[in-house]
Amino acid sequence: MKAFLILEDGTVFEGTHIGADREIISEIVFNTSMAGYLEVLTDPSYAGQAVCMTYPLIGNYGVCYDDMESRQAWPDGFIVREISRVASNFRCDCTLEEFLVQQNIPGIAGIDTRQLTRILREKGTMNGCITTNENYSFDELLPKMKAYATGKVVEKVTCPEKYTLAGTKNLEDNGPVSGLAVFDKDAYLAGKREPRPSLVTELNGAGLKVALLDFGAKKNIAESLAARGCEVTVFPANTKAEEILNGGFDGIMLSNGPGDPKDCGPIIDEVKKLYDSDMTIFAICLGHQLMALATGADTHKLKYGHRGGNHPVKDLKTGRVYISSQNHGYVVDTDKLDPNVAVPAFINVNDGTNEGLAYTGKNIFTVQFHPEACPGPQDSGYLFDRFIRMMRGEEK
Amino acid sequence: MPKNPNVHRVMVIGSGPIVIGQAAEFDYAGTQACRSLKEEGVEVILVNSNPATIMTDKNIADKVYIEPLTVPVLEQIIEKEKPDSILPSLGGQAGLNLGMELEESGFLKAHNVTLLGTTAETIRNAEGRQEFKDLMERIGEPVAASLVVTNVQDGIDFTNKIGYPVVLRPAYTLGGSGGGIAHNQVELEEILENGLRLSRVGEVLVERCIAGWKEIEYEVMRDSAGNVITVCNMENIDPVGVHTGDSIVVAPSQTLSDKEYQMLRTSALKIISELKITGGCNVQFALHPTSFEYCVIEVNPRVSRSSALASKATGYPIAKVAAKIALGFTLDEIKNAITKKTYASFEPTLDYCVVKMPRLPFDKFITAKRTLTTQMKATGEVMSICNNFEGALMKAIRSLEQHVDCLRSYDFSALDADELRDRLKIVDDQRIWVIAEAIRKGISYDEIHDITMIDNWFIDKIASIVEMEDKLVEAKDDASKLTPELLREAKRIEFPDNVIARFTGKTEDEVLAMRRANGITPVYKIVDTCAAEFDAATPYYYSVYGGENEARETSGKKKVLVLGSGPIRIGQGIEFDYCSVHATWAFAKAGYETIIINNNPETVSTDFDIADKLYFEPLTNEDVEAIVDIEKPDGAVVQFGGQTAIKLTEHLMKIGVPILGTKAEDVDAAEDRELFDEILQQTGIPRAAGGTVFTAEEAKEVANRIGYPVLVRPSYVLGGQGMQIAYNDQEVEVFMEIINRIAQDHPVLVDKYLQGKEIEVDAVCDGTDILIPGIMEHIERTGIHSGDSISVYPAPTIGKLIKDKITEYTRRLAKALHVKGMINIQFIAIMDEVYVIEVNPRSSRTVPYISKVTGIPIVDLATEVIIGKTIRELGYEPGLQPEASHYAIKMPVFSFEKIRGAEISLGPEMKSTGECLGVSEHYEEALYKAFLGAGVQLPKHKQMIITVKDSDKAEAIQVAKRFEKLGYIIYATRSTAAALNEAGVKARKVNKIQQESPTVMDLILGHKIDLVIDTPTQGRDKSRDGFLIRRTAIETGVYCITAMDTANALAKSLENAMEQKNLELIDIASL
Repeated sequence: MKAFLILEDGTVFEGTHIGADREIISEIVFNTSMAGYLEVLTDPSYAGQAVCMTYPLIGNYGVCYDDMESRQAWPDGFIVREISRVASNFRCDCTLEEFLVQQNIPGIAGIDTRQLTRILREKGTMNGCITTNENYSFDELLPKMKAYATGKVVEKVTCPEKYTLAGTKNLEDNGPVSGLAVFDKDAYLAGKREPRPSLVTELNGAGLKVALLDFGAKKNIAESLAARGCEVTVFPANTKAEEILNGGFDGIMLSNGPGDPKDCGPIIDEVKKLYDSDMTIFAICLGHQLMALATGADTHKLKYGHRGGNHPVKDLKTGRVYISSQNHGYVVDTDKLDPNVAVPAFINVNDGTNEGLAYTGKNIFTVQFHPEACPGPQDSGYLFDRFIRMMRGEEK
Repeated sequence: MPKNPNVHRVMVIGSGPIVIGQAAEFDYAGTQACRSLKEEGVEVILVNSNPATIMTDKNIADKVYIEPLTVPVLEQIIEKEKPDSILPSLGGQAGLNLGMELEESGFLKAHNVTLLGTTAETIRNAEGRQEFKDLMERIGEPVAASLVVTNVQDGIDFTNKIGYPVVLRPAYTLGGSGGGIAHNQVELEEILENGLRLSRVGEVLVERCIAGWKEIEYEVMRDSAGNVITVCNMENIDPVGVHTGDSIVVAPSQTLSDKEYQMLRTSALKIISELKITGGCNVQFALHPTSFEYCVIEVNPRVSRSSALASKATGYPIAKVAAKIALGFTLDEIKNAITKKTYASFEPTLDYCVVKMPRLPFDKFITAKRTLTTQMKATGEVMSICNNFEGALMKAIRSLEQHVDCLRSYDFSALDADELRDRLKIVDDQRIWVIAEAIRKGISYDEIHDITMIDNWFIDKIASIVEMEDKLVEAKDDASKLTPELLREAKRIEFPDNVIARFTGKTEDEVLAMRRANGITPVYKIVDTCAAEFDAATPYYYSVYGGENEARETSGKKKVLVLGSGPIRIGQGIEFDYCSVHATWAFAKAGYETIIINNNPETVSTDFDIADKLYFEPLTNEDVEAIVDIEKPDGAVVQFGGQTAIKLTEHLMKIGVPILGTKAEDVDAAEDRELFDEILQQTGIPRAAGGTVFTAEEAKEVANRIGYPVLVRPSYVLGGQGMQIAYNDQEVEVFMEIINRIAQDHPVLVDKYLQGKEIEVDAVCDGTDILIPGIMEHIERTGIHSGDSISVYPAPTIGKLIKDKITEYTRRLAKALHVKGMINIQFIAIMDEVYVIEVNPRSSRTVPYISKVTGIPIVDLATEVIIGKTIRELGYEPGLQPEASHYAIKMPVFSFEKIRGAEISLGPEMKSTGECLGVSEHYEEALYKAFLGAGVQLPKHKQMIITVKDSDKAEAIQVAKRFEKLGYIIYATRSTAAALNEAGVKARKVNKIQQESPTVMDLILGHKIDLVIDTPTQGRDKSRDGFLIRRTAIETGVYCITAMDTANALAKSLENAMEQKNLELIDIASL
């Protein structure tokens, strides 16, 4: 079946319909990761957006449910050059096409995704429509596209109720440490698939309790802490600061999430209260932006965002550069930053934008990128260890 | 960190002659690095024995030594030039080993020379088998169970513990020389013994066999501050068991999930950090196909063939960045040369798919085993870029120039399903064609996977191509089935028009017309390192069907298309890339906009900053035409790209592109026998009698008319492909059968074989005058291909009369052929007579060498002439130029040890893979240097074997006398020994192979022999004895000579041998 991607600037791409059969209007963004399409699809930060993968061959290794980063897929739509008709991987549960249908996500394949990317790069992120209606009317669609905004998507993606993830008690429970996996033929033939390998070699978080505010958290944030031994309690986004501050936690983790941080007014107020406490706080992505807004800084929307697994960020304290996984459309303004409140800790080497803040006189540090990876480079996973040392008072 | 202030003069070590496993990629890396160093104001002293390289140009380095790459020579250059640092990681394994030897001996320290880039300790940790294993164990990175052994018994004991099969890897060898997989004790003993001998340190790793696992590579970089990135990962379609140089490779990996991708990426970065590498590094992994188990196979702490491939696949210039890192810069200080906005500290992301295919030499070595193993056999490779895998594979296939253009090009349709199952077990260069046939015969993906271990995703892609073939074939009977949609889809996956035409029963023109009528034409996309996230400044293009065209409209400058020479193969090597690059630079200097089309990732010409625009595309009529349609060049130049470019001439003219320089009809006149004979008659130049034929019957008729022996050869080939000397009717039949296995568009030539001195000239002609930089004389008489002969400039044994004749004949031929640009002519001199053998109105393999030693920039001059200047305007007096004060002797270098079963005896078909040069004021010293550069370091044991055919016995006596005088003990087989003894040369008789021990074979295997002189009996020697002796000699590392002239030259070199440290070393840049 034919499908169309119509952009608000009038550009139309004709391709083939994939996934669920419904029409959507959404914000069109692109992601430059070459692998990890499932992690992208299940990252709640994409709620309210339709994602175009710049890598042209998608779906090659199918879908492995274990690798989902949240309970479901979130984007409104999925745009690819080519979707693989076979799924080839020892762990895969279904093909990507089947998954899209199952998750009710419509998409389009067979379009020039590079051209789309170039348009978004030149003109900036814009809204668009994916439809299979050959008789669509652009004039009717245009006002709808113009009117579209991601809105208050955090409410949609956060967990409905709080829950607790127990910390790992024995290292073996994390699965094999990366590099130490050994093929077990009998288990394989019996249908058992190996758990994915872990990078954790020390339970340095044992005994620590972390509260994680879920603004649309990727699963691996909580799991990165739990794998280090921390007990992680995940709270819905609208949880009051008091509940957390009175919960007997050693530290607070603010998660990533979708949308414009300025749409999160009430949450920002609660984050301000967390800031005012003396708690150790580590925040990622939306959490980082909310903390900045809560403490008087400003954010703005990037022309076309950072979404991919190849972004270099520089740790300003050490001068070291790490390759990071990123997914954000908004960024913290550093020119209005009050150094008495916070100073830049990381910058993006490509465009010099802010990638992290260290809060003056506080046990708080926040990053714009994704140390939890999934998808993307695992290079900055050490930040979870820094958070643990901070909770233990071993590092400021 | 900014540039290290202590670095001012850097010595760069090149990789020497091109051999299998160490090819043009190091010229690419070295050239890029030298330019990068000079950009930072560093003075570069370059040492490389290979004259065909661009890195040995004086505009690339400040001081250029084309000298043998040995420790004493390098020491002497260091003493003379006093560099403050040395950069060894750009010259492949050869360069790295030399750097290590200089460091380990304490020489560098004693002379205050710093090893730049990766430290010696790191190199030891990465390259020493045991050190590497220990380090991996320490950091928890898995390696296959293994043991380093120094003797065969330890190997057997260990293997009995871990079980067969085992992989054997000698330490410090290149291209996996001497390695292999042993399935039983017999094989183990054989490979192990050989490997121990070839290893520089006498060590071989015996390792658990992980054949069949996915082979994945990461190209990683690290700077001195500890920043690490991965440039690219690559997946070998052929699982572990086939050397990555012989595998079909795809970038990025296609079948790894993010979990596997990141697991291996993290491991690669951990390893490079732990090794403290500063610069580029390649890490190879074996990944279990159904689990997260993996092994680190090996780490190469230097630039490599894979890093060249990764650079071209991503646009990230690894060698350039590695050179900057060596100077002390950190990744975040180095600009991304493609975007000019971002920095080198990021990871390229691809929005296309890259496929590399090896160019294997089995068309040259028809007796060789085609099986692929851990020993690399490919002489070169092609790369292609497309936004789908099928398309990239189809483009790569037709780029190979091996008469293949689709998955039906090798026909296995005669095999039934069971036979195919057996055939699938054979791992060779035709495996994907066998898989295609297996799919046609209905064998399931899973079954194909179980046999080949190739991932189902790739099998499905091959199936997708097969399905398209079937659909097109269906349209043959029912033309209505060839819909625009089907055609569009066929083009999307890069079916060439000629294949579509063949399948559908249409003509190519009809297919093209249908395409144009339906708007099915390719567009060009940019390789930009960042998947369009940032604007790219560099026009590096590849084609796809469908979508937006990014090829930019360009200035009002005149545009010239420079056609490259495709994959490196025997007969068409790096020399043609040298010529293409120099022509491009010369055109740019003259104000032209330059466009290069080429498909070889190993070369300088495909570096994105050589021409104004680079199209990384197959070199076929259709692919080139599509670029012409977009670019509308003012002309194309074909005379620098070898036969690959020449073949495109006719079509370029047909589509209205003016050929700059010599016209196509004149190129034809040189190749077309009748036209050429006419020209010779007009100009009064004699040649050997002969005729043109198509069939064996005709060939025999001609041969008998002119008398045996005769030279039989196809026309329009390079490197004497298929050329043979036949001594009787039976041989003519055999050779014609071989030649006609591939349908010949042009007739076969049968000429009287004349024996005499072979002379070669390269000349530039402006239409009126000619310029001959120098005359080269071959040491070997005619009958051995010029590329395999030792060539001497200035010609030492011919007099003025002959030189004048050659000059005059060259002038007449160039004029008669209306040559504008380059011409290469081979002559035979017999007494005072000069005959012409062949004329090539194009650049040749000797151009770089003769340019360098005469100091006359031939390619630049030829380009100026093509543009319209005359030789006089360029400041040269026409005619033969004054002879240089130095002798330059070009020595061919072979890779026979890599190709099991290849016949090594020399003849009219070229077999060498590379060359080196010996330069000196004195002939003998030049000769000695040339042998030394080619790796002939004699004497060792002073024992040799002579076994020659009857007609060579008289000469063999003279040769034997010289070696006897040099102190050699001579062994000879029965009749040779008798002849020698009779002539008063003391020769010890040894038994032939089938006789009782000790035989000639035992002698060779006993490693007491320096040298074997074995001249094959008439024609193509089929006797098993001679063949076995030669093969055994080569495989045990014994120098083997198959022509008496070469033997005399070696004797002369040894008679005048000197201490290496007393060699006079010459800076070519100052000549």
